[in-house]
This record gives sequence, structure tokens and C-alpha cells, in this order.
Amino acid sequence: MKVVVCVKQIPDPASEYTLEPDSHWLVRPAEQVLDDTDRYGVEMGLQLAQQSDDSTVTLVSMGPTGNMQGIRQALAMGADKAVVVDDTALRGSDALTTARVLAAAIRREGFDLVIAGTESTDGYSGVVPQMVAELLDVPALTYATSVEIGDGVTIHRQTASGYDTVETALPAVVSVTAGVVEPRYPTFKGIMDAKKKQVDTVTVADLGVDASIDQKVTEITPAPERSAGTVIEDDGEAHLAIVAKLRELKVI
Amino acid sequence: MANVWVFIQEQDGTPSTLGLELLTKARDLGDVTALYVGDGSDEAFATVGEYGASAIFHFSPGDALVSSPVSAAVAALVTEHGPDLILFGQAYDDRDVAGRLAARIGRTVLSNAIDVSLGDGLSVTHEIFGGTQLATSTITGERPYMVIARPKSFEAASAGGPTPSVTAVDLPDVGSSSAKVTGTHVEEKEGPQLEDAAIIVSGGRGLGSAENYSLVEAVAKPLKAATGATRAIVDAGWVPYAKQVGQTGKTVKPDVYIAAGISGAMQHLVGMKDSKTIIAINKDPEAPIFSVADLGIVGDINNVLPKLAEALKNA
Ligand SMILES: Cc1cc2nc3c(=O)[nH]c(=O)nc-3n(C[C@H](O)[C@H](O)[C@H](O)COP(=O)(O)OP(=O)(O)OC[C@H]3O[C@@H](n4cnc5c(N)ncnc54)[C@H](O)[C@@H]3O)c2cc1C
Ligand SMILES: Nc1ncnc2c1ncn2[C@@H]1O[C@H](COP(=O)(O)O)[C@@H](O)[C@H]1O
Repeated sequence: MKVVVCVKQIPDPASEYTLEPDSHWLVRPAEQVLDDTDRYGVEMGLQLAQQSDDSTVTLVSMGPTGNMQGIRQALAMGADKAVVVDDTALRGSDALTTARVLAAAIRREGFDLVIAGTESTDGYSGVVPQMVAELLDVPALTYATSVEIGDGVTIHRQTASGYDTVETALPAVVSVTAGVVEPRYPTFKGIMDAKKKQVDTVTVADLGVDASIDQKVTEITPAPERSAGTVIEDDGEAHLAIVAKLRELKVI
Repeated sequence: MANVWVFIQEQDGTPSTLGLELLTKARDLGDVTALYVGDGSDEAFATVGEYGASAIFHFSPGDALVSSPVSAAVAALVTEHGPDLILFGQAYDDRDVAGRLAARIGRTVLSNAIDVSLGDGLSVTHEIFGGTQLATSTITGERPYMVIARPKSFEAASAGGPTPSVTAVDLPDVGSSSAKVTGTHVEEKEGPQLEDAAIIVSGGRGLGSAENYSLVEAVAKPLKAATGATRAIVDAGWVPYAKQVGQTGKTVKPDVYIAAGISGAMQHLVGMKDSKTIIAINKDPEAPIFSVADLGIVGDINNVLPKLAEALKNA
């Protein structure tokens, strides 16, 4: 089975995010990490691939490659190879441009199953996997909290009130939630092996996709701030301050 | 007058609250048509009319996964009727249909909108960086424009409109992109629900264990409050997803939000920072939750919550 996992490199979430002054694009340092959201997709892909012989797990990623640290993280978990689309023409891509690029790269690789996260940490448009599925003309089984491969693919799809069981034939796109599986930590051997794994860097021209970008960010303003109130240290009686506050608000 | 379409997902036999919020906004933008997905009923359609739609396209997907057949059917209607704007909510089926439809008709979608305006082009306000900054995005050129708006961005209000005309739309056979819903599991809902409770008590990883969620419930009970959670404890399996508040969970705006053992990560704040009053209990005085709290208690929840529950019982 050919498994493709869409993974994104993002600036370290623990660092302060900044925007470029005119374009308002996110500043992406050379050092980027694997989006935590995508560790679940990689783990799911590895586990499903393990269930059949001759399976491969290929990573597909779009964005400035930098020093490739995030991609190496995913390779160190056990993925076989990576395809990275890096092209200055893609700076400031909107959701559809991103999906067109990913779909073209995935089609070029060939696939039985494509796995993505439900939303990326830095962009969180939350629609890229669905767009990719449409462009590949396959179903999008979204928000999976469990994934099983048999004759086709069956997932538990998270809903507002619980979950649905959803089935379809392969090929398909599946988007997974955090919690679908517990991602492994790379082993030392994994980290060493990752350095030798194949990473193909491709451009928009290689893929022959339409890279026009319709969405423009025109302005950034600070949101109205909520002023912080009183903070008190619990001296054993702080619960009474809460009771007093609730009385003052007339909710008790 | 602009032709505005609004995606409405049926929930428990009625149009979702999110759908009604979108209809209310859409009225200000133009003439409104609803894309109603679900079984439908005279009552449900009447409600959609009251909130401002003058026409309804009705889709009943049955046991088919909604996204592919509905987006294919809407794409055909787009070609026929040429709407200016299609509004979706930040909810599961909405996102699926919006994404597929966008790829099909070749127009991108702007997500996470909290405001929308339509002129020569489309302009949308989004919250970024956990709601600390607002970004304005624009898009011009060919229509329709497509937007996904966050819940509670607009206040739902009836306009007392008449019952609209309803057109049932046949769903096409989508062949290789079809999928089937073979089972539905509904988690039991008990007590007040997050969406409509006046008071919410939420717990985070500071609780230390699944069992300790009972501390949150003990405070909620005398207040008749709904109970919420962070993603950290939902992912850990302590409580069901339906309790998750935040970017990928529910957006809430209660009168009072009590956060216990919650650090205040931006993905959590974005779902609750518009609550009228926020009370936070955390043992770390540097926890970011204190920057939005009206009343902050630096203390151990294992001490504060049981005493609070006891005091409220007698209040
Ligand atoms: C794409 C994406 C989407 C996300 N969506 C959401 C979302 O919808 N909702 C959400 O909540 N999160 C979301 N997150 C996760 C978010 O980033 C945080 O990881 C999460 O909110 C942290 O949960 P927490 O506050 O329970 O845990 P922690 O951050 O671990 O905080 C626990 C807190 O408890 C305090 N504490 C510990 N012990 C005690 C004690 N005895 N007494 C008092 N205080 C104590 C600690 O000081 C700490 O501040 C998302 C993340 C990503 C990347
Ligand atoms: N630039 C990208 N490169 C690779 N995968 C991506 C990219 N953008 C989005 N994805 C995938 O789509 C999922 C949802 O992202 P988004 O639609 O940006 O919220 C992510 O978790 C990834 O799996």
C-alpha cells in the first residue's frame, strides 16, 4: 500500500510569531519544526503501512524548506522518503493554491491512502485535506478518531454529538485528529537513518500547477484587549473571593 | 442586490444555531438563499425563513457522507445561478463541503472569519495568533466568494420573515469520491450544554487525573453550570470531545467562565475569551490565563475547588 502523509514545517510554536511588514506573511525562520498536528498523521501512516508488505510511507510538504529539520523529524519517526515543494512563487499561498500543489505532488507519487491533519497550527484553514481530496477525485474521510484498513477504509468521524462510522473504498484521503494514535518518539537509530533518506525538492514548474494566489492579507490590527483584573494568592480562603464575585454578578 | 447563499446544517431536526447566526449576518449583505442539509421539515424551513432566507435549496444526503455529493450539487447550482457569496460556519460538514466546493469551482475559501463585508470584492476579518491580532483579507475577481465564519461571530436574531420557497435538489452519483455513513454514535448529553449555559466551569491538565474532573462537576452542579475542558484532557481521554472549548472545539460566551487548572494557551483562549466574566484558578502565577481573568486565584485546585463547591452548596 502506498501511503502519503501531508506534513507541514512551522516556526516553533513556543517562539513568538511575527509577520513580514508589507506582505503580512508569517516569518519562517530556517529552523522550523514538524507541526505537532502532523505527528499523528505520520504515526497513523506508519502503523497502517505496517499491516501489509511492500508498503511505503511518503511525506509531502509545501513551504520554505529551510534546514529541513521538521521533515527530518518525520523521517526519523520512520517515513521512507519525502517530497518537498519549495518555490518563492508560493509565498503567501492561500488554501486552494496549497491544495493544488499538494494534490499535484501526491498524484506524481501515486497513492492508495493520503493522510493529513485536521488543521495546521500556524494556518488552520482547516480545508486543505478536503480540497486535496476533491482535486484527486477521491473521498475525504475527515476528523478521524480511529482508522482501520480492510477491503477499504473505515473511520470514526468526530461529530458535534459523538462520532459516525464512515466507510469507503481506497484510494481515499483521511484527516486525523490528535488522539487518533499516540505518536512515537524517534529513536537514535531513526534519527541517524533519517539523514540518509531521500528528499526530493520540486518546484511549481516541475508540477505544472496553477500557482496564482487570490487571497491577499491587507491589514493587521491589534485585537481589542481584555484588561486583566485582580489576582490574589490563595491563603486558604480564596474560594470566598469567588463566591463574592459570583454574588456581585448576581448569578447566585 | 447581492445574492448570498448560506450553508445550514440540520441538528436534531432543526437548523443549527450557527446556521441562524450566518443567516442573520447574510441579511445585511444581500438577498439570502439557504443551502439546507438534512431531513428538513415545514417547521425547520419556516425557521430558516424567519431568520431571513427567501429561498431554500434542500439536500437530503441520507446515509451518504455529505461532502462529495452536496458539493457537486451546489457546484451545479453555482453555475446556474451565479451567487456572489457563499457563507459557511466553522463546523465539520460546513468545512468539508466548503473545501470540496472551492476546489471544484476554483475559488479559494477564507476561513476563521469573524466579520465579512461585500463590496467590489470581499473583505474578511480573521482572528490570528489566538485572537490577539486581527487580520483583514481581501479577494477580488470572479465570484462567488467563499467564507467560513467562526461560531458566535454574529448574534442570531429573527427577522420575522415568511416561509421561503423550497426546492429539493437531487444529489448526483459521485462515483469514486462517495463514502457511506454506516453508524452513528451519540454520546449521552447530561445537564446544561456548553452552547447555552450562562455559567461554564472548565478543567484542564492541572486536574491531574480523569477522576479529579469530579471536582469541576461538584462546582458546576450548584451553579447549574455546563462543564468544559481543554483539548489536553480531551486528547488524554478524560472527557468526551463534546466538552472541548477552543479553536478546534466550541466557542462559548457565557456570563461567567471558571477555568480550573488551565494554562490559557492561545488555542483555548480563542474559544472563551469573550465570556463576560472570567475567573481563573492556577498554581502558576505566570499562567497566561491570568492575563484575561477578571478574578485570578493563584492556588492549588485540589484545595480551592472542594471548598468552593461546599460554599456554593450552602450559598
Ligand atoms: C491546531 C491546534 C488546535 C488546538 N485546539 C485547542 C482547543 O480547541 N482547545 C484547547 O483547549 N486547546 C487546543 N489546543 C491545545 C493548546 O495548545 C494547549 O495545549 C491546551 O489548551 C493546554 O491544555 P491545559 O491548559 O489543560 O494544559 P497545560 O497547558 O498543561 O496547563 C495545565 C495548567 O494547570 C496548572 N496546574 C497544574 N497543577 C495544578 C494544581 N494542582 N492547581 C492549579 N493549577 C494547576 C499548571 O500551572 C498549568 O498552567 C490546540 C492546539 C493546536 C496545535
Ligand atoms: N503547506 C503544507 N504542506 C503539507 N501539508 C499541508 C500544508 N498545509 C496544510 N497541510 C495539510 O493539511 C492539514 C490541514 O491544514 P490547514 O488546512 O492549513 O488547516 C495539515 O494538518 C496538513 O496535513
